[in-house]
Amino acid sequence: MAVSTRRQLSLRPSPFVATMLLVLALFVVALLRSGSMSITGQALLTGLIAGGVYSLLAMGLSLIFGVLDIVNFAHGSFLAIGLFVTYEVVHQTGANPYVALPVAIVVLFVLGALLQLLVLNRTMGSSLESQLLITLGLSLLISNALLLFFGGDPLSANLHNDPGVHIFGAVANLSRVIAFVGALVLALLLYVLLEKTSFGRAIRAVAANRQGAGLVGIDVRMIYAVTFGLGTACAGAAGMFIAPFTTITPTAGDQFNILAFVVVVMGGLGNIMGALVSGLIVGLVEQLGGVAIAGQSPLLSVFILFLLILLIRPQGIFGAKSS
Amino acid sequence: MLELDNIAAGYGKLQILHELSIHVRPGELVSVVGANGAGKTTTLRVISGLIGTMGGQVRYDGEVITGLRAHQLVKRGIVQVSEDRDLFGPMTVEENLVLGAWTRRKAAINEELERIFELFPILLERRRQAAQTMSGGQQQMLAIGRALMAKPKVLMLDEPSTGLSPKMTWDVLNAASAIRDSGVSVLLVEQNAAQALAISDRAYVLESGSVVLEGPGRELAGDERVKKAYLGL
Repeated sequence: MAVSTRRQLSLRPSPFVATMLLVLALFVVALLRSGSMSITGQALLTGLIAGGVYSLLAMGLSLIFGVLDIVNFAHGSFLAIGLFVTYEVVHQTGANPYVALPVAIVVLFVLGALLQLLVLNRTMGSSLESQLLITLGLSLLISNALLLFFGGDPLSANLHNDPGVHIFGAVANLSRVIAFVGALVLALLLYVLLEKTSFGRAIRAVAANRQGAGLVGIDVRMIYAVTFGLGTACAGAAGMFIAPFTTITPTAGDQFNILAFVVVVMGGLGNIMGALVSGLIVGLVEQLGGVAIAGQSPLLSVFILFLLILLIRPQGIFGAKSS
Repeated sequence: MLELDNIAAGYGKLQILHELSIHVRPGELVSVVGANGAGKTTTLRVISGLIGTMGGQVRYDGEVITGLRAHQLVKRGIVQVSEDRDLFGPMTVEENLVLGAWTRRKAAINEELERIFELFPILLERRRQAAQTMSGGQQQMLAIGRALMAKPKVLMLDEPSTGLSPKMTWDVLNAASAIRDSGVSVLLVEQNAAQALAISDRAYVLESGSVVLEGPGRELAGDERVKKAYLGL
């Protein structure tokens, strides 16, 4: 079978280009509606920065789906645990919130790996509904456990000094800039782990063919546990990064749960790099949409985009089929 | 070195294997032939721990290995190439091969890669290509190459001729002989009885989950009962 290496000319834009055109259109509408470059520029910066955190969170979710075929509805709750870990570290030691980053990563990794080993490994290969119900139940369990231990009053883990940083005329708090840069650095580290290390190769092998992975001697259950742990560690790190500018409550993760799903579907289920790029797009759409369709929840434009993608490109804008 | 002793096994209440006993000696190419549903693939699944046993033992170098999981067998040197090959489709030929050596020291990998490329030159040519884009015969070679990367003492091949042209089937079976000549024991399960018997040191004929005939490959190939039942002569 001869495969042509030359691209066929096509007048239909690629789904990715179409999405970027949509973002551009939103930018123009936002500019016209607000009549102010500084407001629109501010939305652009805020969106991009929020998107970096969505990327990290969604990469974890997409990794779990790609390797384990588990739709993890507890992902937002793991982010909430990350928030409370940060709160605890700050309030027990009085330290800077960023000291909590390694703590949140380790705690959430261990928690995720243990959950997979002790609970979810028993459900591997069972129907999608049963896993969905288990992770949904887990999410309720986590929220209520947090409620039991910390109460329902909103908590905070602010920086002592959180100055505004000027970037191209727009302003963002230092904590948000750190969240953006930190999330992207961790996202990149995850990518390097998966693509460049032999352990990452084994994870990809399990995603591609779990029986084949067993045949070459990979301990598939161990890979499952580590992968779930890596996924929840992403949520934990995302939780830590947003803790300094987020109201910490037991249900604070729920909103991010939904956003992460939008990002994962947009990037293509199981497509890790797709999730990275889509996270930034969702952040931009959220903020620009908030200006363009003023007076509504910024999430409105995100859900309109989500519906469009589900209707037109359910496999995501990068065209990669789920593994 | 590999012995199956009075194995009973099946799926749910359906028993497929009845008091099945076979063995493989070091450096031997042994085939298991028989009609569809005779229990050939089930036999391999028992060895590789994919299904449990209802009775009997699998022993390897004197150690009972019944019920060990696949990755534990690979560490002991028992490696299987499954019927549907189970390659890592989106990954490159080279990545598939390197993963084959998962249980081994990293230092040995390059040397082993060169040996595999010598045995199957097509894999060297296609090393950067995704496994799923190759033809059936090339995929079978890759599956065998990947199994060899683990440096097995016993290599189990499950219906390697499935979906291959007659010419390709000979290539694959000749490769199996070459692997045996290099000192690896080979346990070959084949529906393609004539060709399998021709290259085998010994063979078992399975019927309804039990061994009905056993002997040197060429002898069985000449046996009237075998000819009639399996070779269509």
